[in-house]
Amino acid sequence: MTDVGFSATRRLILQGAGAVALVGLGNLPFLAPALAAANDKYPEEAFKAKSEADAIKALYGKTAEPSDKVKMDAPEIAENGAVVPISVTTTLADVTSISFLVSENPVALVASYKIPAGTLPNVANRIKMARTSNVIVVVEAGGKLYSANKEVKVTVGGCGG
Amino acid sequence: MASTIRVRATSSGETTEVQALIQHPMDSGFVKDAKGEIIPAHFIQQLTFEYDGKNVFTADWGGGVSKDPYVKFAFKGGKKGDELKVSWVDNKGATDTTTAKIQ
Repeated sequence: MTDVGFSATRRLILQGAGAVALVGLGNLPFLAPALAAANDKYPEEAFKAKSEADAIKALYGKTAEPSDKVKMDAPEIAENGAVVPISVTTTLADVTSISFLVSENPVALVASYKIPAGTLPNVANRIKMARTSNVIVVVEAGGKLYSANKEVKVTVGGCGG
Repeated sequence: MASTIRVRATSSGETTEVQALIQHPMDSGFVKDAKGEIIPAHFIQQLTFEYDGKNVFTADWGGGVSKDPYVKFAFKGGKKGDELKVSWVDNKGATDTTTAKIQ
C-alpha cells in the first residue's frame, strides 16, 4: 500500500509540474499538440474510482443525463459474469467518447473509448461483472454527457465468485 | 512469436468495420488463486487503431474487461488493401503491435 500511496503522490506532483509548464508556455504554438497528447493519456484516476459517479467525474468532470438516444444491448441474464457481451449505439451527433461502467464491480469503470471524427459511435465489447448490477453507458456528444443503464443479472460472478 | 492481436477489418465501401481479439489474461487484481493468494493486476490499459497515419479509435481499459478481450467498431473511409495498425500497452509496460490489411 505504501507503494501505491507513493506513486499517487508522485503522479500528483508530476501533474502539478505539467500544469505549471503549460501555464508557463502561454500561447506558444505547440500548446495545442501538447493538449492533444494529454487527451490521449490513460485516465489512471478514473480507473481507481470505486463508484460510477466518482469515475464519471474523474473521467469527464461533469455528470451525465439519461437519454433514450443511447441504446445499449446487454443480456437480461448473464450466466457467466466473466464474459458479458455489451454493445452500444447512439443516434447522437458529434460523439467523442463512450464509456462502460458496472456499479457493483470493485472498480466501476470498465472501459472508455475515444471516438475521433469519422469513427462511428457504435462499440461492442465483453466485460466482467462481479455480481448482478446496473451497467451504465456514458456517451459524450457535443461536450455533453448522456447515459443509459440496464440491470444485468449475473448467475456466476466474474471476479472470483 | 505469433502476434497476440487478431484483427479483421472489412470495408463495405463507405465504412470499415474492425473486429479485434487479443490474447491477454486481463487480471483485475481482485481475484484469488487456488491458494487464496491475490493474482496481481495485469491488464491492457490502452489499445489504439491507426489508419493512414491517423488515430481512428482508442480504447482505455481497466481490469474489468474480459480475458482475451474483444472489441468491435467502425470508421468512415478505409480502402481495401490498405493497412490498419493496431497496438496495445499493458499496466506492466508490455506491448504488441500488428498491422492488418483491410479486406
